[in-house]
Amino acid sequence: MATRATPVVVVVLAVLAAWYVAAVAMNADLQRQAFDTAGTADAAWPDFVAGTWSQAHPRLPAPHQIAGEIGRSVFAVAPTSKRSLVYHAGITLEATALGFLLGGLFGFGLSLLVVHAPSLDRGLMPWIVASQTVPIVALAPMIVVILAQVSVTGLLPKAVIAAYLSFFPVAVGMAKGLRSSDPLHVDLMRTYSASRPQVLRLLRLPASLPFLFASLKVGVAASLVGTVVAEVTKSEDGGLGARLLAGSYYGQTVQIWAALLVAALCGAGLVGLVSGVERLVLGRFGGGR
Amino acid sequence: MGVAVVPPRAGSASASPAAGAPAPAAGAPAAVEARNLSLVFDTDDGPVQALSHVDLTIRPGEFVSLIGPSGCGKTTLLRVIADLETATGGTLTVKGMSPRDARLRRSYGYVFQAPALYPWRSVARNVALPLEIMGVPRAERRRRVEAGLDLVNLAGFGNKFPWQLSGGMQQRASIARALSFDPDLLLMDEPFGALDEIVRDKLNDQLLRLWDRTGKTVVFVTHSIPEAVFLSTRIVVMSPRPGRVHDIVDCDFPRDRTLDIRETPEFLRVAHRVREGLRAGHAYVD
Repeated sequence: MATRATPVVVVVLAVLAAWYVAAVAMNADLQRQAFDTAGTADAAWPDFVAGTWSQAHPRLPAPHQIAGEIGRSVFAVAPTSKRSLVYHAGITLEATALGFLLGGLFGFGLSLLVVHAPSLDRGLMPWIVASQTVPIVALAPMIVVILAQVSVTGLLPKAVIAAYLSFFPVAVGMAKGLRSSDPLHVDLMRTYSASRPQVLRLLRLPASLPFLFASLKVGVAASLVGTVVAEVTKSEDGGLGARLLAGSYYGQTVQIWAALLVAALCGAGLVGLVSGVERLVLGRFGGGR
Repeated sequence: MGVAVVPPRAGSASASPAAGAPAPAAGAPAAVEARNLSLVFDTDDGPVQALSHVDLTIRPGEFVSLIGPSGCGKTTLLRVIADLETATGGTLTVKGMSPRDARLRRSYGYVFQAPALYPWRSVARNVALPLEIMGVPRAERRRRVEAGLDLVNLAGFGNKFPWQLSGGMQQRASIARALSFDPDLLLMDEPFGALDEIVRDKLNDQLLRLWDRTGKTVVFVTHSIPEAVFLSTRIVVMSPRPGRVHDIVDCDFPRDRTLDIRETPEFLRVAHRVREGLRAGHAYVD
């Protein structure tokens, strides 16, 4: 165990060290100004360094400042408070989950269509690819406005934006996965004169499982990104994206980074969750090879 | 073959003879009948004649081997019989039906060169796959799988996954799968080609017992002369470019032959004729 943890610890320590050095460099100007104003421009360099790591509005907050902010806004305030990151993360995760579900189902449906009808493959695929070349930041406000026109508000518009990003990896991955069956396995089905639904259920779907989980992992991360982008657009509902926006309005860099880090942790957690389900399912399908 | 379990007959009105009594009923349609059969593949490099004017009649209960070098169309012929390829000329009937109807009626079991077991299914569930597709009830399914695994000496391995089995065991499982729904025609495409000589001898012996006991018709593709002579009632010698039937050699050993016949002059005589036929077809056995 110790040997396996060692590389992880080394990398984490290296990142933290680089971060602290970068914080000194990034915040040095501000710190010099502050010392000038206070008339202590001749302060010793340990004080100077300590100063760059403890500013109220640093360009790059030091890791312990972010950790402190996360600690305060997770543990020191009630999880129902609008100052709580748990509250905002909850809002984000709710939309992410709904968006992932919608996007996953939509992507899966598309992959079935594309695989079973070659004409749809040629007709739909260019649009599917084109849909992802539009910057989501530009598209998100329009989706919100358009959905508001048909009185769809609240959770759903954010989920739709999340779904917009997450359906793509699922559709492309599953289209590939459903076609990945061994030709011999397909021939075998033919010798049994199996029906199309039977071939799908008994061969194509199980054969595509590794592809499914790979694309679900990309999809769930994309879903989170979509939700955060949507929250920047629709900040009145709260969420980590709203927190990012508020932080940048008021120059609260520590708050921005705290929200950012919590979003990253949420993403890692979601991907980890999908991996857990993957291990469970693939274990049943093949005895854990 | 250890345990003498004969898989139950599906209640079909087939003309297959009872176990151990392979004499075909008079007037029963040929298991396979090919007349002037041709197949041309359209490839990027132009048309390729895979089969040319093949005439062949296989009677119910026969064990017919197709032998020839690579590219002689022996596998293609088997795939045409199975309706996995479609002939471009001539006629072909399988048990009196078109190949397509025969396939739709699940008239044959096909054993591929590779075991082609689904890696996400246990051995038992692999053997049960055709039964599941054909809608056999669960209890009956379990009974037949057990009988089938017994038949190929794999009793007790049902819960293993394919990767936990040796190559020979995997191929035996695939034979049990082909037999599970009790087709009376068995199409086998070099099923033992990838196995070592010792395992191959053993499986050949087991296959022969199985054929003798169940009276099934077997069409068997191979490129091994001793294997063909040991197993067959008739050997179809094919030659390449274009794939055609060069010679058909009768092989009149008793049905309950053992591996010992390979030392007899008669065996060597038949093997010699097959080898001559292959040589005359301008190709070596690979």
